[in-house]
Amino acid sequence: MFKQTTAITAMNLRAIPQRLGTSWVIVIGIAVTVAVLVSVLAMAQGFKKTLASTGRPDRAIVLRGGSNAELSSTLSRENTLTIMDATGVKKDADGKPLASAEMVAVVALQQRKTGTAANVTLRGVGPKAFELRPEIHLVAGRMFQPAVRELIVGKSAVAQFKGTEIGSRIAFRDSEWTVVGEFESNGDAHESELMGDIETVLSAFRRNLFQSVTVLLDSPEAFNAFKDKLTTDPTLTVDVKREAEYYAEQSKQVSKLLNFLAYFVGGFMAIGAIFGALNTMYSAVSARSLEIATLRAIGFGAGAVVVSVFVEALLLSLIGGTIGAGVAWLVFNGNTVNTLGSNFTQVVFHLTVTPGLLLGAIFWACVIGVVGGLFPAIRAARLPVATALRAA
Amino acid sequence: MSAIVSLHNVVKTYTRGKQTVEVLHNLSIEIAQGDFVALMGPSGSGKTTLLNLIGGLDRPSKGEVNVAGERIDQLSSGQLAKWRARHVGFVFQFYNLMPMLSAERNVELPLLLTNLSSARRKQNVQAALAVVGLAERAKHKPAELSGGQAQRVAIARALVADPTLLVCDEPTGDLDRTTADEILHLLQMLNKDHGKTIVMVTHDPKAAEFASHQLHLDKGQLVEGSVHA
Repeated sequence: MFKQTTAITAMNLRAIPQRLGTSWVIVIGIAVTVAVLVSVLAMAQGFKKTLASTGRPDRAIVLRGGSNAELSSTLSRENTLTIMDATGVKKDADGKPLASAEMVAVVALQQRKTGTAANVTLRGVGPKAFELRPEIHLVAGRMFQPAVRELIVGKSAVAQFKGTEIGSRIAFRDSEWTVVGEFESNGDAHESELMGDIETVLSAFRRNLFQSVTVLLDSPEAFNAFKDKLTTDPTLTVDVKREAEYYAEQSKQVSKLLNFLAYFVGGFMAIGAIFGALNTMYSAVSARSLEIATLRAIGFGAGAVVVSVFVEALLLSLIGGTIGAGVAWLVFNGNTVNTLGSNFTQVVFHLTVTPGLLLGAIFWACVIGVVGGLFPAIRAARLPVATALRAA
Repeated sequence: MSAIVSLHNVVKTYTRGKQTVEVLHNLSIEIAQGDFVALMGPSGSGKTTLLNLIGGLDRPSKGEVNVAGERIDQLSSGQLAKWRARHVGFVFQFYNLMPMLSAERNVELPLLLTNLSSARRKQNVQAALAVVGLAERAKHKPAELSGGQAQRVAIARALVADPTLLVCDEPTGDLDRTTADEILHLLQMLNKDHGKTIVMVTHDPKAAEFASHQLHLDKGQLVEGSVHA
């Protein structure tokens, strides 16, 4: 059986150059399907990675109870002080808590690529914000000064939005803010934000309520004690989450949507590719019906014929899948895009084509090939030898 | 000599739409081992159907078909394929060679169904090509061969596994007279010198003269001939 299958498969594969046009239908159809699937999944992957990398196990975020995101949360100044003084919050050398009571607001900036307006997060941060987030560091310019309308801008935001370069002036809330620095934050969600002094931002937006408090804990294990302290305090109604958990939740909806989109669009394209494969393999079987009948007459088994048709379909699919995955990796991996996050603001992230994603896409390409080769293989096996020989 | 092919009361019907057409009517024949039989008759007389039954490519609707000591009408498709590989060599009108394979690779095909080693297969292929006088064309592909040469390669392929029976369907139907005669001489040589039993369908009376016996079919029945039950 193995020798028979090898012999017929080798013959089929050698005949591919004579059927190059129809063979390309499988290869291109599957390559395009895989490229689309990989690119959308890479978006989901990149978005998830960006938000997931924002959290640290020894940091916690506190929001008003029942709030899904910072934008819908409010905390009084008194509450923020209670939170920052709670058990488990790490203190600096002076005994001050490493915590930042923050406010987020939405400002409209123009996207560099399209020129259209997009919502960007402006975060007002406390004086300890950069001690508790050591991953944030300036790459150009200087830190904003308190009580002055100055901002620092994340590197991803600078890449995506106009007028965010150092020295630029951004107008919102009836005044102009000067960009004085650019920061990096290991590519996490904060890199899509503008940051300024919390008191200045609160004053500009005429608010006296904060929206979140982020704290650095003594250790990751201190979280439960910290949470218990806050949730049992009758003066507080708050939700306490590990930072990583919070950002994972924030990415869930968008990731779900992108995954659905990938498999929905990819599914339709896969159906098209299956029909392409079916058509190609039917043509291949039809073009070779005399050869198949002759081999069957000589004594080759139907099983060997079936396997050979499968192998051909699989090989062409594998080539298509590899080309599609390769193109997706070359074109999309590392591309910077932005989408609406949970605060109704843009999160800038990089498309991430992982090896797992590539292998998964190639696996689906092979599934398309197997399904596309199935019926033609059955037809080849059922080909009545005497009739096929007579038809020649 | 003992009969290598024996058909008893064979009926073959085909269904075309709502119509059932009986192609062979209670046909009984015997062909002795080592014979060279020409099956003749007008178009639609059932000669190719009869050849397909003898070669195990088709099954009768009724009756018994015994070839090479086995009742092949009762074999499953898989068993029939194995039986064909062991006992029958086919020669077709249009050669039916695999266009992408060289002459020697074409001839080797039936040997891939045996347990012979690669070296032994190569040896047998060379011997078969030598018998048909084409040893020097072993590396050529069918498109690089003349019609006569291609048919010789097809005959070498039919011979190479040393089958019990050679089944030839209009083997000279696509060839000019001179080349056809060469092929027929070759078949005659295989019959006389190598003892091969040959059953050949032909329209051509001159081709039939190369056979030891002739069977004439008309409307699915044997009408005359020197070999019959």
